[in-house]
Amino acid sequence: MQEKTIHKDVIIKVDNLVKYFPIYGGLFGKKIAEVKAVDDISFEVKRGETYSLVGESGAGKTTAAKTAIRLYEPTSGKVLFNSSDGRELIDITKLRGENLRKTRKHMQVIFQDPCGSLNPRIPVGDIISEPLIVHGIKNKTERKDRVVAIMKTVGLRPEYLKRYQHEFSGGQRQRIGIARALVLNPDFIVCDEAVSALDVSIQSQIINLLQELQQQFGLTYLFIAHDLAVVRHMSDTIGVMYLGKLMEVASNAVLFENPLHPYTKALLNAVPIPNPELDRNRKIIMGDIPSPINPPSGCRFRTRCPYAIQDCHKIIPELKQITPGHFAACLRIGQI
Amino acid sequence: MKTPEKPNLMPDGQPIPEPVCTLDEMDIGLEALETTSAKEYTYAQMVLRRFLRHKLALTGFFIIGILITLTLLANVISSYDPSIAVIQDRFIPPFSPGHFLGTDDVGRDVWTRILYGGRISLMIGFITAITGGIIGALLGSASGYFGGWFDSLMMRVCEVFFSIPTLPILITLSKYFGGSPWNIILIMVVFGWAGTTRMVRGLVLQIKQYEYIEAAKAIGCSNSRIILRHVFPNTIAIVLVSMTLSIGGAILTESSLSFLGLGVQPDIPTWGNMLSNAMNFMWNAPHLVIWPGFFIFLTILSFNFLGDGLRDALDPKLKL
Repeated sequence: MQEKTIHKDVIIKVDNLVKYFPIYGGLFGKKIAEVKAVDDISFEVKRGETYSLVGESGAGKTTAAKTAIRLYEPTSGKVLFNSSDGRELIDITKLRGENLRKTRKHMQVIFQDPCGSLNPRIPVGDIISEPLIVHGIKNKTERKDRVVAIMKTVGLRPEYLKRYQHEFSGGQRQRIGIARALVLNPDFIVCDEAVSALDVSIQSQIINLLQELQQQFGLTYLFIAHDLAVVRHMSDTIGVMYLGKLMEVASNAVLFENPLHPYTKALLNAVPIPNPELDRNRKIIMGDIPSPINPPSGCRFRTRCPYAIQDCHKIIPELKQITPGHFAACLRIGQI
Repeated sequence: MKTPEKPNLMPDGQPIPEPVCTLDEMDIGLEALETTSAKEYTYAQMVLRRFLRHKLALTGFFIIGILITLTLLANVISSYDPSIAVIQDRFIPPFSPGHFLGTDDVGRDVWTRILYGGRISLMIGFITAITGGIIGALLGSASGYFGGWFDSLMMRVCEVFFSIPTLPILITLSKYFGGSPWNIILIMVVFGWAGTTRMVRGLVLQIKQYEYIEAAKAIGCSNSRIILRHVFPNTIAIVLVSMTLSIGGAILTESSLSFLGLGVQPDIPTWGNMLSNAMNFMWNAPHLVIWPGFFIFLTILSFNFLGDGLRDALDPKLKL
């Protein structure tokens, strides 16, 4: 069985995950189309590492991560999760009801919008302690102790316990979100653009906090971002997504040193360099990402790819291992 | 510059992540925690405090309280019978001895009739608004939360009710069913629930797509917990406010119907009936119009103030 072959230090293994969002319309509300947000992607995240998913807006990064932890119902595919005790392998996609709720203890999310992800009518102390209540920690004093402890850990003053979300700044709110995610001692955390909504100085604070917490608690991050500087700073492994598919996967250093896929190259090329003297032969990709309702045939990137040939229209390129640990999905690797 | 005397380690030897506030601030924070824990207050207490600071709402609340008390104690306060005619006492002007607000065309005491009429008017207002509010809240949340065919059905039904011109139907039905206060309540609830339903549904749809609902799902909340803890409390404030405001509306509708002679039957005093009756004597005895009109006005104004105050007090984002 495939379950047996998964490596011991892999915490989550996503296999052929597909998520289509149906579009209903017409007089009788029939399904008239599908948004192919995530279309057959596979990746695995090792325990203790930071795996980043990058790509343009609309590439399906967030959907992929949220589907992987069953915040969205996957259309098809498998997600194997290695829960904290390290013995049990669970296929998350098959869990129902109570079992799914219990598994959520081990995997948490830090959301993009620190404001929208906190209930405005609940004091933050209660927001942070809610996971404890949900997972059956009945003792009130114990809950309060843990909330105060975690608030201190993420750099919030414990006397803010009774305040409401709107009384905090953006950075503090994100700390609240982090505290809520951490209070259950999870192994795996999805950081869904966790720093994109913050201004740059706060961003670096939160990033440092995330890294410190990772060391302290041995966390594994699935980090979703579009800011390549942040990704470069944070990640161990990077997956580049485009229109619902993984285009290239490599370790941080390899990807930035030696990008193979034309899309990755274009993405890296788009990063501004703060030196006006430097003359760069920039190849900026033009146009917008095509509609995921009706994606291009063959290679998804072919419509914007400067190297596209006739075959790219017909053949969907597979994510192939080029060098050990470096995967890319392009027909013309080696030719360009 | 001071150097730390001890290495920064937690008891189990783990390094402490650097907190944002300094250690001194942290100490202050802990002291503050000790002191504030004595006067911690819940959401309800916070709402109460904020409400008490809202002068207009408080005024409205007191006026309504006084009105309710007075109408309930009508038989204690007034020694007159609201419906027995005393022909020799017709058209006594207000502020006369024995008849504080004067008497009407058949010699009934206006103050007594205001009190007894207020009973019916306020009862109609409260029962209509509360019943309509509860029905609307239940149907609206179900519609918004479950969606699908149930939602489509409910919305079409609501649209049907919206597209019927209410007044002619009200007139026809009240003629048909007769003018007991309960029939008036029934008719008004039947035609009033659709508005609340649509409002609550919209609200639930809006709340459903907030990220904090997704966050609640992510931490493992059950569906019932999400509804009870996250969806419902966020709608209740608005439902409460809308109910308060619709009490005034219901009293007004009852008055209009009664004024048209189609509401509560004329022998039961209501503020609308008194107005309707006074029409013929408006020029000779204006006080017969002014007093019921004044009480309708006062009640509705008070409910509006109360509703506004509640809305502000229930919204933790507003600073009061």
